[in-house]
Amino acid sequence: MQAKQYIGESWKHGILIVGAILVLLPFYMMVSMSLKSQQEIQSISGGLIGAQEVQTFPVCVKTGYSEETCTTKPYIYNYWFAFEKAPIPRYLMNGVIVTLSIFIIQVLVALPCAYALAKLRFYGREFVFSMVLFCLLIPVHGIALPLYVMLAQAGLVDTYSALILPWTISVFGIFLMRQFFMTVPDELIDAARMDGMGEYSIVWKVMLPTAIPALLAFAIFSVVAHWNDYFWPRMVITGNRDLFTPPLGIREFRGGIDSDEFGPMMASIVTVTVPLIVAFIIAQKRFIEGITLTGMK
Amino acid sequence: MGTISLKNISKSFGSTQVLKDLNVDIIEGEFLTLVGPSGCGKSTLLRIIAGLEQQTSGDVLIDNKNVNRIRASERDLAMVFQSYALYPHLTVRRNLETPLRLRDYSTFERLPLIGNLSPNKKQKTESINQLVSKTSETLKISELLDRKPGQLSGGQRQRVALGRAMVREPVAFLMDEPLSNLDAALRVHMRSELSELHNSLKTTFVYVTHDQAEALTMSSRMAVMIDGNLLQLDTPQEVYDNPSSLSVAQFVGSPKINIFRGSSDSSGAVSLLNLTLKRKSSETNLELNIGIRPEHLEITNQSDENTFSATVSYRENLGSDIFFHVNTEDGMNRIIVRGIPQLTHEISSGSKVNIRRVSNKALLFNKEGKRVQFNNA
Repeated sequence: MQAKQYIGESWKHGILIVGAILVLLPFYMMVSMSLKSQQEIQSISGGLIGAQEVQTFPVCVKTGYSEETCTTKPYIYNYWFAFEKAPIPRYLMNGVIVTLSIFIIQVLVALPCAYALAKLRFYGREFVFSMVLFCLLIPVHGIALPLYVMLAQAGLVDTYSALILPWTISVFGIFLMRQFFMTVPDELIDAARMDGMGEYSIVWKVMLPTAIPALLAFAIFSVVAHWNDYFWPRMVITGNRDLFTPPLGIREFRGGIDSDEFGPMMASIVTVTVPLIVAFIIAQKRFIEGITLTGMK
Repeated sequence: MGTISLKNISKSFGSTQVLKDLNVDIIEGEFLTLVGPSGCGKSTLLRIIAGLEQQTSGDVLIDNKNVNRIRASERDLAMVFQSYALYPHLTVRRNLETPLRLRDYSTFERLPLIGNLSPNKKQKTESINQLVSKTSETLKISELLDRKPGQLSGGQRQRVALGRAMVREPVAFLMDEPLSNLDAALRVHMRSELSELHNSLKTTFVYVTHDQAEALTMSSRMAVMIDGNLLQLDTPQEVYDNPSSLSVAQFVGSPKINIFRGSSDSSGAVSLLNLTLKRKSSETNLELNIGIRPEHLEITNQSDENTFSATVSYRENLGSDIFFHVNTEDGMNRIIVRGIPQLTHEISSGSKVNIRRVSNKALLFNKEGKRVQFNNA
């Protein structure tokens, strides 16, 4: 009986393990390549971390560094050269500024909207909500050009505003939070009103704390989407390298006078990806625990 | 302080009218229960008093002041909700403090950090702390103050919800089925606690429930509402003994009152089954519904002109009482009779029994359900 049960369970796990490997393989490649030397990458040898032989890197010498500086282990070289070649900290900071600003403004807009759509009775509420749903259907790329023209007219191309402004109203956020607020009992809001809170206080002091789990879910969607966004920054940041977001920064390593050098390129990708993974791991616990509404019933 | 008057209150949601021209005067310091089956509009009425809902027409007066245009928070009422509605992210202490902080602190004083610069804040904080500790001692929740609502049992949450209402020392308490989320034993216990609380606070309580037992046990007066109408407003005893209509009689009392079909003849003599009542109806030649409560029927061995025979179909043993569900011989009536365990323990379902009615206890209603009086003569 027992053994049979294990077999019955194991094939499910087998499929899941294969799936997990397929998903994780590119990450494995990325980490592995960021540690190995160019020859090892091109000959597909050396396993995860390669032989780590001390060697002199020709691209480095060509760029104008002394031979002494350029003679080191591959993993040190890859990461050192990635940071030397592009101002990665600056890109990371830009990424943080842009994604956080977008997220904060999205929350400032979405929470009151969602509250009104979920809990207040007013004429035309259903229509407004159907408009929100309708906006979910509009693809970003479809309106990119008009948006760009508007920003250009306003003289905002090549500024942080161009990166942030178009994304500050998230219909997805409004929709998600509205669905969550529908589950918050009306009595809680009535109690707050009896206690003397105004509608804005209710949004920020009662609804926001109860909505932390939903908000974290939304934060993950929003931050990941805008941290990884390549399309929009590529459009509105035309020249100023100081405004590059991480994905634009990675592009610096592509081609150029030197042949493609995968080691430093992958090293830069690792540095760009790691903050997201760390943020997710930190948020994960809160994400799963959350403040449930157990206090309610 | 603490009178509430409702004058010609009507409320419609769209085309459905849920409250129909209600007039209620709530006396200072009384425990008034609004009772009725679900959907009768009692909660809506309470929410109108609270100011959470706007009446379609009519006036609400608190302490003789018209509050139609005054916001819920400024009516100086406190409400206890069915689901307690405690702030789940705040500790019990903060839950209790919240209404006071909102009432006593100015907007500036509520600001974090710089709010502390206000010279009056310290004093206000002290008085808030005092009120919170006084209330939590009264309700015996002092040791729970640092917990979150999620860590409390149902009964404890109930107390905290009461506490949050009490700290403000409002002119009246509004309670919306506060006991219905508790288990049966705790509910009975909390009934007596609420009554005691009312006695010690001497504040007006307006209490909404669908449970007629709660209304009978706790209130000084009860208002029976059915389908948006106020049918009767009186002391529990009076409502029970002297219901104004058939629906009130059927709603109040458990088990339900037995209704027999009968009629009055030209002299006003009332007959039902094989019985004739001694008292005469004030209205003659009428088809009647005759209500007799289960405790006014008794099982007997004798058979005379005041008894009728019936067959027991179900025996409901509650320990202190046994209720017999019996079918009358004509098969028209299924009625409930209360029996004393010592005298009736050998009767099982299927037995034939004689049932005697206790005289002077029957209630007459006409076909429309309106009360018909007996002749006093």
